[in-house]
Amino acid sequence: MADESADLVVNGDLKMVIRAPAPAHLDGAVDEVTSGWIYRSDETQELQMDDFDNPGMIFVDQALEQWDAVDGTEGKACASCHEDVESSMTGVRAVYPKWNEAAGEVRTLAHQINDCRENQMGAEKWKYTGGKMTAMEALISVQSRGMPVNVAIDGPAQATWEKGKDMYYTRTGQLDLSCANCHEENYGNMIRADHLSQGQINGFPVYRLKNTKLNNAHARFKGCVRDTRAETYKPGSSDFVALELYVASRGNGLSVEAPSVRN
Amino acid sequence: MKLTSLTLAASLIGSAALASDVAPKDVMFNEDGGVDASLTGMAGDAANGAIIAGTKSKGNCVACHAISALADVPFHGEVGPTLDGAGDRWDTAEMRGLLADAKMTFDGTVMPAFYKVDGFTRPGDAYTGKAAEGPLTPILTAQEIEDVIAFLATLKE
Ligand code: HEC
Ligand code: HEC
Ligand code: HEC
Repeated sequence: MADESADLVVNGDLKMVIRAPAPAHLDGAVDEVTSGWIYRSDETQELQMDDFDNPGMIFVDQALEQWDAVDGTEGKACASCHEDVESSMTGVRAVYPKWNEAAGEVRTLAHQINDCRENQMGAEKWKYTGGKMTAMEALISVQSRGMPVNVAIDGPAQATWEKGKDMYYTRTGQLDLSCANCHEENYGNMIRADHLSQGQINGFPVYRLKNTKLNNAHARFKGCVRDTRAETYKPGSSDFVALELYVASRGNGLSVEAPSVRN
Repeated sequence: MKLTSLTLAASLIGSAALASDVAPKDVMFNEDGGVDASLTGMAGDAANGAIIAGTKSKGNCVACHAISALADVPFHGEVGPTLDGAGDRWDTAEMRGLLADAKMTFDGTVMPAFYKVDGFTRPGDAYTGKAAEGPLTPILTAQEIEDVIAFLATLKE
């Protein structure tokens, strides 16, 4: 069973905020927001405390090679425009999903990556939940590790946020359960063999011991909706973008943790 | 409670819906959320009810409830109260109502309705994540509901 009072310090010096006062827009639904790391077993928790033990870091290394790899009709790599990932991508993950003024829509990190591939590089889009995508998301996220999640929910993003909030509280499927039924009303409780967390996404993409790969937020949402005996939404759909913005905003104040490790 | 392969086989045979069963849409709830009439007119089989309560693909009641009588089934949840003593707390009609549609007893509960086929948002084809094709079947059959009731009735303090 998890040690719920433990603190998360990565590599002995990077202290993560895994408990934070709930943001005002949660209207008192919970007092405190907590990282999913808290609810995992001691063994799983430990894997995330050192990058040498964290199986997700292998994919970060792979994405670093991809960063420099030329692809597509324009003969460009990510590095051609963004140079050094460490300097150009610091802080980016913490504010995604984010309103894109030119496109007039809220974009996830994955959508932005594919937009660059398609329109800047003339390269094939990556599969939304595929390995290349989740690895690149992880590489970009690592540049914000330890920074507080801080997605904007007002202004042009507000309508999308409201839609995501509706989805979060809508019961779906033949089990007739909403995200809130499990992750707001029952976090800390066991549901069969699973210790329910708040379903936060500050740790995404997440390495899961269950499927031994990185999983992005939409892949996880899909699994949770399916488990209510419902028709899921599609990863990358505007529905899941809205849900991601809302769920991300519930974790405003928690540290970006990716790649985190879960069972 | 011992789970023998004999009772398991019996449960598989007994799981088909019978024409004489009360259909999910015809279930009559009383004003307290209970259901007075048996769904099948046949007595429930408590041993089979125990299997259904502990089996993930069936009632999976242990996902949310601890049940001491099913101590041999691993991992009991904490989302709902323990069902120990449920047989003292509820009569048959109340239990039938709780199983058919617990929202008729507890407004807004997270407990799923086990004998309900409509009124859902984005109903799926079981756990495939795909849209349901055609009418839904209830999660448990009429006789399975009666069997679980018989099992719950054995849970005394
Ligand atoms: C030819 C130039 C070019 C290439 C190649 C390119 N990008 Fe971009 N990228 C841009 C531009 C321009 C923007 C700003 C787009 C906007 O705001 O609409 C951007 C924005 C981004 C952002 C969002 C940054 C922020 O602060 O919101 C990310 C993340 C990103 N790119 C990742 C990548 C990745 C990963 C690759 C390679 C797979 C890549 N880019 C390749 C030009 C490029
Ligand atoms: C029937 C219960 C149930 C429902 C309903 C449910 N989830 Fe989950 N969810 C779980 C379980 C169990 C886990 C694994 C343990 C944990 O981290 O909570 C999980 C994990 C997650 C995680 C991973 C958290 C982490 O730190 O790794 C996210 C994110 C998540 N859920 C989001 C959602 C969203 C969004 C919805 C609604 C669309 C939802 N869940 C609906 C049961 C549920
Ligand atoms: C997803 C969670 C969940 C599942 C699955 C579930 N229940 Fe419940 N159940 C609850 C909750 C929560 C309550 C408490 C009622 C409330 O206040 O919402 C409850 C209440 C009850 C009660 C009344 C509590 C008492 O005082 O004894 C009974 C009886 C009961 N459930 C039986 C069952 C049986 C039998 C099954 C399986 C066929 C089952 N439940 C499956 C969540 C669940």
